[in-house]
Amino acid sequence: MAINWFKYSAPTTFYGLAGKLIPWFAISAAVLCIVGLYIGFVVAPADAQQGEFYRIIFIHVPSSILSMFLYLIMAAYAAMGLIFNTRLSSMMASAIAPTGALFAFISLWTGALWGKPMWGAWWVWDARLTSELILLFLYLGFISLHASIDDPRRADRAAALLAIVGSVNVPIIYFSVQWWNTLHQGSTIKFTGTSMHIAMQQAMFTMLVACWLYAITVTLMRVRSIILERERHTKWITELAEVKA
Amino acid sequence: MKPRQKRFVYIVVALVAVGLAVALVLNALKDNVSLYFTPTQVYNKEAPEGRSFRIGGLVEEGSVKRENDGLTVNFVITDLHKSLPVVYKGILPDLFKEGKGVVAQGKMEADGLMHADEVLAKHDENYMAPEAADALKKAEVANAAAASAPASSPVAE
Repeated sequence: MAINWFKYSAPTTFYGLAGKLIPWFAISAAVLCIVGLYIGFVVAPADAQQGEFYRIIFIHVPSSILSMFLYLIMAAYAAMGLIFNTRLSSMMASAIAPTGALFAFISLWTGALWGKPMWGAWWVWDARLTSELILLFLYLGFISLHASIDDPRRADRAAALLAIVGSVNVPIIYFSVQWWNTLHQGSTIKFTGTSMHIAMQQAMFTMLVACWLYAITVTLMRVRSIILERERHTKWITELAEVKA
Repeated sequence: MKPRQKRFVYIVVALVAVGLAVALVLNALKDNVSLYFTPTQVYNKEAPEGRSFRIGGLVEEGSVKRENDGLTVNFVITDLHKSLPVVYKGILPDLFKEGKGVVAQGKMEADGLMHADEVLAKHDENYMAPEAADALKKAEVANAAAASAPASSPVAE
């Protein structure tokens, strides 16, 4: 039997699939979050240099990673929407943007809370911090540009262009600590290995997976709302059980 | 070419063009993007003269001296090639320690000292339990002792 790979690329079929997947992603996100926080606060030892302060890393690093990855995924969906003219890709891009912005904000905010006791400053204009701030602005720009154009298909195309051009910023964030002198330290997670106590690593990676699952959950929820809103005049929507009720 | 292939090519070309432009701009602004100058750069006169700038490096071992007023601190920032003396009056961050990273902002004065008005600590990317750090330090001390010990064989004694 040949598998139809494109079956779920139509909003009609994806709407139902997303609805079935959401509870699974939501539950596993909640469970992993509890496990991650338990390891992070109870199992993992204090840091030799930073004492207890370093523990904010368990939310800071996952949200920074997510903010960058989500941007690339959003840009990829936006590009797919432009190239193939598929409705669902552009809807996915719009659905990811608020979550990406949230993670970029959390990354900056927890970074400031961490910076004050350790570095002695809430904020410095170093390359890492500034480029992450630009990432937040790109997300906000994507959302507001999309919202400012009435015709959704035209809004998709304009915002897609912004998303694609802005993706140049992501490698700059990642490599900023290597390319320039920054106050922010270098990467702990490297291709050559992670310079971190094993329990700390377990907590951080568990939280990372939890954040991924959370991001997927809310993106699917949001894309379902977008599908309902945009396709509200179609027959299949008016025949949905939850719409009829 | 199909229209969608054309659109794909346009996007790739646009991305490459924007990436190249950004790379050129950032390369031209290299010194402005970096947060601080190293002591070597200051000696090579790459740092601005007569105005405030930041200098970063390690706090030289044994260089921290506090004055009697309890607030003024003298220390030396080094990048292991050149070093530069700094004087600072104020509260230091908790992580400020000899041998650790530091970034100071201030002006070079005629006395050859940097008069800093802000000192920030820069920590490294390694996270370990205190016991592991102690063990590392002990191993380092033992290694140094072994290296500096005279090469006499115990048999001869």
